[in-house]
Formats: sequence, C-alpha cells, structure tokens
Amino acid sequence: MARGKPVRWHIGVFLAPALLVYTAIMIIPLFGTLNLSLFNEAGDVRVFVGLQNFVTLFGDPRWSGAFWNALGNNFWFFVIHMLVQNPIGVLLAALLSSPRLRMAAFYRTAIFVPTILSFVIVGFVWKLILSPIWGIAPGMLDLVGLKSLFAPWLGKAEYALTTLALVSVWQFVGIPMMLIYAALLSIPDDVIEAAEMDGVTGWSQFWKIKLPLILPSIGIISILTFVGNFNAFDLIYVAQGALAGPDFATDILGTFLYRTFFGFQLQLGDPYMGSAIATAMFGIILLGVCVYLFGIQTRLRRYQF
Amino acid sequence: MKKTFRIALLTSTLLAGAASAEDVTLTIESWRNDDLTIWQDKLIPAFEAANPGIKVVFAPTAPAEYNAALNSKLQAGSAGDLITCRPFDASLELYNQGNLADLSGLAAMANFSPVAKSAWQTDDGAATFCVPMASVIHGFIYNKDAFDQLGLTVPTTVDEFFAVLDKIKADGTYIPMAMGTNDQWEAATMGYNNIGPNYWKGEEGRLALIKGTQKLTDPQWVAPYEQLAKWKDYLGDGFEAQTYPDSQNLFTLGRAAIYPAGSWEIAGFNAQAQFKMGAFAPPVVNAGDTCYISDHTDIAMGMNAKSAHAEEAKKFLEWVGSSEFADLYANSLPGFFSLNSTPVTMTDPLAQEFVSWRGKCQSTIRSTYQILSRGTPNLENETWNASANVIKGTETPADAGKRLQEGLDSWYKPAN
Repeated sequence: MARGKPVRWHIGVFLAPALLVYTAIMIIPLFGTLNLSLFNEAGDVRVFVGLQNFVTLFGDPRWSGAFWNALGNNFWFFVIHMLVQNPIGVLLAALLSSPRLRMAAFYRTAIFVPTILSFVIVGFVWKLILSPIWGIAPGMLDLVGLKSLFAPWLGKAEYALTTLALVSVWQFVGIPMMLIYAALLSIPDDVIEAAEMDGVTGWSQFWKIKLPLILPSIGIISILTFVGNFNAFDLIYVAQGALAGPDFATDILGTFLYRTFFGFQLQLGDPYMGSAIATAMFGIILLGVCVYLFGIQTRLRRYQF
Repeated sequence: MKKTFRIALLTSTLLAGAASAEDVTLTIESWRNDDLTIWQDKLIPAFEAANPGIKVVFAPTAPAEYNAALNSKLQAGSAGDLITCRPFDASLELYNQGNLADLSGLAAMANFSPVAKSAWQTDDGAATFCVPMASVIHGFIYNKDAFDQLGLTVPTTVDEFFAVLDKIKADGTYIPMAMGTNDQWEAATMGYNNIGPNYWKGEEGRLALIKGTQKLTDPQWVAPYEQLAKWKDYLGDGFEAQTYPDSQNLFTLGRAAIYPAGSWEIAGFNAQAQFKMGAFAPPVVNAGDTCYISDHTDIAMGMNAKSAHAEEAKKFLEWVGSSEFADLYANSLPGFFSLNSTPVTMTDPLAQEFVSWRGKCQSTIRSTYQILSRGTPNLENETWNASANVIKGTETPADAGKRLQEGLDSWYKPAN
C-alpha cells in the first residue's frame, strides 16, 4: 500500500467547537485567575508579588481564621451530604427499582422535581417554611405536640449550617437517586436469577449482589457531591446573604470568595486576594478529585456482563 | 416582494437611528429600586419637560448587589452616565480610579453646606465628585394606637425607654420591639448607630475615634452595646432568624409596638400601616442631656467620567442640585431629607417629626463610614457582626469592643 492512512479531518472538525468553547469560557479564565492571584496592587499599578497573597491568606490570623472557618464549614456541608443525601438516594433507588412498588414513575418525578428548581426559589421557600413568625414549621410541630423542639434554626450559629445542608440535600437527593436507579436497572436479570437460585433474596441480595455492582456509580456520585459542595455558594447567599450569618457560621468557601472578590457593602472588592482564595479552592478540589481518581477509582472492581 | 421588505427594513433602521441621534438618553445607576416609580412618574418627567431632547432612564440594581454590580459595569465600560453615590469610601475609590468625574465646578454645588458635601469629597476637600441628594435620620417609630391603648408616653431617657418596653411586654398584646438579627445590618444600623451617638457625643466622639484619641474599648463606645444586649428580652420569638422584611411586616401589621428605624421607612410604612404612627429620637441617658442623632448623609449623584454625554449629564446634575429637585424629592420620598441649604417644606407629619430633631439635637453621621472602613477587616461589616452577636448574647459588649478595636488597630494608624 503506497497510500498512508488518510488524514482524518473530521475528528478535528467535530472536536473543534467543544474545544474552542471550553477553552474560551473555562480554561482561559481559570489560568487568568491563577495568574491574578500572584499579583497585587501597589498604589495604582499592578505588581507581581509571587506567593505573597497566599502568605497573607494562610499567615495573617484574620485571613487564615476566616479561611479555615470557611473550609471547616465546607467540610461539614460535604459530610452532611455524604451521610444523608447519598444513603437516602441509594435507598430511594432501591425502593424504586422494586418491581412491587406501584406508582414508581410518580415518586421518581416528585423526588426529582426539586433538583430543577432555582436556588432562589428553594432558599426563599425554605426560609419561609422555617420562619419563626410566618413559617408553617412551628405550626406543624405544634400539631404533633413537639412545639418545644422548634428553634429559629437559620438564626442560631449552632444549627444554621446543618439546616442549610439539609435543605440542599432535600433539593438534590434526586440526582444520586436517578444515577443509582439507572445502575440498578442495568444489572442483568440472569445475575439476579442466579442469586435467587442460590437462595440470596431480599436485603441480603441487595447487600451482596446489587451494592457491589453499583459501587462505581456511588463513587461517581461521591465525587460529583464533593465538587458540587466545594463550589457551592448560591443557597447560602440566597438564605443568609454574603456575610453568611449568624456570625459566619454558614460561611463556606464560595461566600468567602464572593465577599473578598466583589466586596460587600462598605468593603471594597479585592480581586487579587479573591483570586488567591479561588486558587486555593481549585487546589482543594483538584486534590480531592486526585485522591478519588488514584486512590479509589482504580481499586473499584468492575464487572463485565 | 423580498426586495421591498428589505428596503422597508433598511429605511426603518435609518429612521430609528435618526430619531435616537436627536434625543440623548442618560441612564442612572442606583440601588434604590424601591423608588423606581417615583423616578419614572415624578422626577424624570419634571426634568424632561424642562429639557427637551434629553431622555432619562432610571435603572436600579438590588441594594446588596449594587456596589459589586456597579464596579463590574464600570470596568467593562457599560455603566450608565449618572451614578448614584454611596457615601464616603466606596465613592471616593471610584473617583480615585477615575470612574467619577470631578464636579467641583458645578454651579449647584453652592447650594450645599460643607458638611453635606463632606461625604463625597477627597480627604483634603479639594474635589467634590457627587451632588448631595439626601440624608436619613435614625430614631424609633412607634404604633401610636398601641401607646394610647396601653397608656404609654413617649420615652425621653433610657430608663423611661425600658420602662415602656417592660409595660408593653407585661401587657402581652404587642411584641415590644420589632427587630431581628438574621440580616445583621439592622442590629448595627438601626441599633448601634441609632442609639450610640448619645453615648459618644456625636461628632465629638466620631472624630476622636478617627484621630485615635478614643478607642472602641472606651466606655462611651461599649455602652451602646450594653444597651443592645438588654434589647434581647423585648424582641419577638425567634428574632435570631427574623429578617429585615419580617421586622417591617411585624410592625406594619400592628403586631409590634416599637420599630428601631431609619427615616427611609416612612414612605413604605405610610402605605402599609393601618394605624397612627409617631416617632421619637433615641433616648438620652439622663434627663436634660444634649441629644445626638444620626443624620446620615446617605445618597448623592455623580457622573461617569467616561460618559459620552457629559454636557447633558451635567445639566441633569445641576437640576439635581436645584431647590426644585430638593422640593420634589423630599416630598415624594418622605424620610429622605434634602441636604440642600434652601429649606424644604414637607407635608408628611412623620417626616416633620424626624426632621424637627435637627433643631433640638446635634447631628452626626454613622461612626464607621468615614475613613474607618477602608481596610480589612472592614469596621462596618465587623460592627454588623458584633451588634448581632451582642443582641443574641453570644458575645459580651466588652469583648465586642475589644475585638473591633484590635481589628481596627491591625490596619489603621491615626494620622497624629
């Protein structure tokens, strides 16, 4: 054969739009931010300061105090999602995939609907529900004689973050449910039948047969939750404002970044320190994703049917 | 057919272009979205009638987003011609960046006193970059019907104030005071900076703080926190999660008797409340003490230095500085008191009550606004946080003062 392989132009042509758009709106701004974090303003000129912004962020007691507070809150936000959202998602998926459940389509839709609502609506509605003045939460607790359990949760430093995390769980529980549901449906019937032949049924079938088969999906959900939570901002901003009250109890990295970068009320925006925080967030998320990819993903066993 | 259509389209484009070339459109950036209808129905038509050929569009943003949005728009070059100015550093920074034009040469500037202009000048007073529009006065608005029903009289001293609160609480019909700590700024603005000037003696204390001769740990700066800490018992159930609109509604629905207020509430309250309202100035410590009020220079208007229609924008600003505007503005928005030297006659009784304190008491502005909120940590934002903490009882007044002073010391070195 004299002719070499034909040049496969179509690959480049088909990739180009996505690549160009992604580069223009994701990659370039990302490197712009990383770059900006190495500068600061002296007088009116922008000067290169190396890692000075990071020294301030981690060395100055006020900056580092605010940063670690936000990071700690962010971890708690993530932990609640992992402990509440994902197990409930798996449980709901297991129930939905049960052949004996009637109206499965209705439940599936109803549970998934909050996911497509805007944060603004979710934040506002939950603020109203939980309002000590007009909310229905105190009244409903009163009906079952548990009024004493009611507290102005969003206003108390010790409960506010957990409350908001649970609101977020309520909103997003549909996502793990759908992903796991799809994974459960893709398990071939012969595997289940073989299990039944061997006498493995009911819950032990779920634990021993189905769960190992959906572990890769659970891994993906965990990493999506991680990235989503560490980029979270909207719900906190809508419900508690940019100062993330009470007393910064709900301040997560996103709100901390917003306040620093854009400024707030009399505080003027500082794009340089803001970029430093954004870079730190990027680092944290990158680290988390790497730990998952190399530490967990490679060890998950996959089954081929 | 197609050709005709094309020509028609082209002609209409050309005609529209010609029409817009005759009329200059000025856009106003503002955070006062509550005032949209007043600008559209009263103020702008008055200007447009007198100045044919200039169209004005009022384009407000939500208050909390205004500063961030405006900065982004200015950087992108898409900001409006006229810019509503926040007092002090936020606007000063815009001027220093070259975003606001120097308006010192405007004829209308002669209509304003140096104090009125101080919020929109460089530190040395050499350049003024916004035309002052209005100030807001702090105090307490009360439900007159509730006071009559419970046989209460308006308190003038702190002891009387708490006696009144005790009586309302004992009666139980009304929540004594409508305020929440969820949004934090209420506690600082309507709490600390409302009652504070009586303790730190208004301008005397404020300037001493800037000079460094007084500290936030001094008794006159901690005492307002001590009073705020006592407010806790008189706020409604669950005040920790009560937002600013919640507080407004509690009061206008007649469920609360006293509302720690800024005069900007007057127009909204007049429209909402079905009962008679009155107002009293922040009570003094001992009967007969000089009273001090926060008469805060709050709002002004400047010109985008990069505006393509500088001449027309200046014309508009001359009008904003005129007594005609002062009269229109103060009466359409009772509670925003004109800073114009020409006295304005106001018809609203509640606004009259507020403005009458200017004659009896010494005026000052909010303590954190000038110079002291330039650095990080930002004293104003810290004061929000501290005031809310003190009311909730999670931080003692002395600790709050100490923390704020430490924060201030970390970046602010008084000039002396």
